[in-house]
Amino acid sequence: MHSDRAGWGLKIAAFGGLLFLHLPILLIFLYAFTTEQRTYQFPPPGLTTQWFGVAWNREDIWPPMVLSLQVAAISTVLAMILGTLVAGAMARTRFFGREQISLLIILPIALPGVITGMSLRSAFAIMEIPFSVWTIVLGHATFCIVIVYNNAVARMRRLSGGIMEASADLGANTFQSFRYVLLPNLGSALLAGGMLAFALSFDEVIVTTFTAGQQSTLPIWMLNELVRPRQRPVTNVVAIVVFVVTFVPILLAYYLTRGGSETAGAGK
Amino acid sequence: MTAAVEFSNVTRHFGAVRAVDGVDFTIAEGSFFAMLGPSGSGKTTCLRLISGFEKPTGGRIRIFGEDVSEVPPHLRNVNTVFQDYALFPHMNVADNVAYGLMVKGMARAKRMRRAEEMLALVKLDGYGGRKPAQLSGGQRQRVALARALVNEPRVLLLDEPLGALDLKLREAMQDELKALQQRLGITFVFVTHDQHEALSMADQLAVFNEGQIAQIGTPEDIYARPATRFVADFVGSSNVLPPEVTHALGGPLAWASLRPEAMHLHTSEGARLMGEVNSLRYLGGATRVSLRLMAAEGGAEVSVLVPAGQTLPLVGSTVGLGFDQTALHVMERA
Amino acid sequence: MSATLATRGLGDKLTGLFWRKPNLLLMLLLMPPLIWLGLVYLGSLAALLVQSFYSIDEFSGVVVPEFTLRTYGELFRAQNMDIILRTLMMSASVTIGCAVLAFPIAYFAARYARGPWKAAFYLGVMLPLWSSYLVKIYAWKLILAKEGIIGWAAGATGTTPILEAVLSIPGIGGNSLSTSFLGTWMVFVYVWLPYMILPMQASLERVPQSMLEASADLGASRAQTFRTVVLPLALPGVIAGSIFTFSLTMGDYIIPQIVGTSARFIGLAVYQLQGTAGNIPLAAAFAVVPIVIMVIYLMLAKRAGAFDAL
Repeated sequence: MHSDRAGWGLKIAAFGGLLFLHLPILLIFLYAFTTEQRTYQFPPPGLTTQWFGVAWNREDIWPPMVLSLQVAAISTVLAMILGTLVAGAMARTRFFGREQISLLIILPIALPGVITGMSLRSAFAIMEIPFSVWTIVLGHATFCIVIVYNNAVARMRRLSGGIMEASADLGANTFQSFRYVLLPNLGSALLAGGMLAFALSFDEVIVTTFTAGQQSTLPIWMLNELVRPRQRPVTNVVAIVVFVVTFVPILLAYYLTRGGSETAGAGK
Repeated sequence: MTAAVEFSNVTRHFGAVRAVDGVDFTIAEGSFFAMLGPSGSGKTTCLRLISGFEKPTGGRIRIFGEDVSEVPPHLRNVNTVFQDYALFPHMNVADNVAYGLMVKGMARAKRMRRAEEMLALVKLDGYGGRKPAQLSGGQRQRVALARALVNEPRVLLLDEPLGALDLKLREAMQDELKALQQRLGITFVFVTHDQHEALSMADQLAVFNEGQIAQIGTPEDIYARPATRFVADFVGSSNVLPPEVTHALGGPLAWASLRPEAMHLHTSEGARLMGEVNSLRYLGGATRVSLRLMAAEGGAEVSVLVPAGQTLPLVGSTVGLGFDQTALHVMERA
Repeated sequence: MSATLATRGLGDKLTGLFWRKPNLLLMLLLMPPLIWLGLVYLGSLAALLVQSFYSIDEFSGVVVPEFTLRTYGELFRAQNMDIILRTLMMSASVTIGCAVLAFPIAYFAARYARGPWKAAFYLGVMLPLWSSYLVKIYAWKLILAKEGIIGWAAGATGTTPILEAVLSIPGIGGNSLSTSFLGTWMVFVYVWLPYMILPMQASLERVPQSMLEASADLGASRAQTFRTVVLPLALPGVIAGSIFTFSLTMGDYIIPQIVGTSARFIGLAVYQLQGTAGNIPLAAAFAVVPIVIMVIYLMLAKRAGAFDAL
């Protein structure tokens, strides 16, 4: 008779693995309070809260911050519109080309980001399109569509297929069915998709480096600080900001779609 | 009187599959019409053709004389009780029931009053505030019924509405549906694969097989005088006799049906018909005895219903067989 | 009362139109996203391909827009082949590392975690997956630095000689962990680990408990059950996860730039060639390499039935 309890070895490996996933992020918080600004000395020689004030007053942080928020907001709205449209089409019965379309939607995240980035860069070069907020948005919205789409489709799978027919049967036209039946049932999944898309866009760096030109988003600013560090704890403060701005929507998305499988897996 | 629903040579093909293949029938106004058949026989597709969720590949459908070829589902004065009920999960029961009135623009106070009336009709008064998820299967079924009736449809379509309920509840609902239909006087079109349900509830019955109607008529007609082997077999597990057996039993050389309850057993001595008992199946009120007819009669397998209380033969024994000659029904078609 | 209701306005008229022509609504829904993805994304991929068949004039540094295979030919130079092979080695070893680390977590979460623990494991894997990529890398720069927590821990436990011995291994060692191949590998494994856990857990959850019991009933030991029942059933999940870890590692150019030696990977080569070097054709040709590898990989994975676990 085998006992149905996990062995100690498995328990240690599993919980150790989870800790391994989380502990490094805590260090970011610790280092934001260190008094040492030229090295990553551990343990920190002293603790201070001065870097939050310093970061607040650093003028080179604000424009990237604003740009990142702008890009994430525009990309999210675009992705929510486009992702919802595809999901709406895919929710209907089978049609010719369905498989090809779903492959096309997943492609931008299935292929490495460097390819998406380099592709866009090639297209901009050929068409002589100057870099702007919109060139960044073009890339971000493309890979955010799939996030919204995945969420919407997962929710649709859980809904009873008959409710749209029931609505029409009771006298509602297509627009009334959308407004009174589909949207209320899909709303939270779409919102969750939008939040994940926002988090993803706000944090994206790989595609962005190819589509931003001389512009600097917050992740690009961070990347420059990582390659050529100046005031290291200030970078930590910014890292905390980035972490929180992405973490909160992710957590909200989780609560909006609890019980489903929307946020799992093939995301980023 | 115009027919409530009229199908003229209607077909519906899905690619190479002929789901409905040249169907003609009329449903009289105010009748309880059942469509009976195994799954995939085309009965549900016919229902969806009436509601408008399927469009005919060919033929014409009229509802109260009006050709509905160009009328989308939401403009047809026909409502459906769906198989899985398809209640709106985000709305409470009252809003579900009032939905049809809301999309027509009726004021909230008025439609809520109507919804409450409809809930009372299906004996769910006071449940308006609940969510569908908080109801039992039978209650959901009643909500679906109230929701479909609130629009005062001239035809109500029911797609295997009792399929998900347990036996006792199903029988109670059968009586209730029948009573409701008689009280409201509207035409009910009822799809089912359960022959007992169809026989006990319908005024008129259409038996579907492979996209076509095998027979249409009153339940008595169909039960006593099946037109084809399929009908005889599907409706009430009749004995289907091949031509040579029919002939041996004194009929013409044609396929025939013989109801198990129209036959009786006696001792084998001097019997005109003999058979060897293959198996016994106890059914409660009666026992179904399967026997193989002796070679002279063509060796067909028949079953006989022996009422409770009579002595049962042993498996393997040979028994004599009698039957009511008038019950031998010769079928029009094979 | 009639059999049909009157049309009440534009909404009803359009609904009727959509009903009569079901493909019309489908087309209207799909048009905007397909135009976007088709034009922006497929158009760009086409542009990438086109660029990769151009070449660069060696003297003026200007892109010559004429069809040539010369740029692809350059990929086969020794230094470029080095980059491709190094990237493949790294992707493969990261995938193995992720699979080994992910297995106990996925196995425990799928088989033993119940109720709130299940949710905790799910969140515990999902949050690191979604949280900021750069922040995660940055955290490892702190950890791996010579004066960082690992160096400190080695000093505190008296294991500094072991750390130094590891770092002195040629090929994977270096001055400190943050400037070694080993360091790059560790960060890759950390960052992509959740992508391995989730599909693995999904496929393990599909192993019915009854099958494990059946195996035990038939007299298999725990180890035998594990080897002959659990592992083969988990394999599609491992392959699905490996698609992510392999593809993500292959295309990444941020991690080797921040942690590791100055040796280049495909992603970094693409980035530098299109940027400072201004050789967009060669960058494009380099970017086609991961596409080709991933297409082959996906075809193999599909044959192994990995897509059911996604």
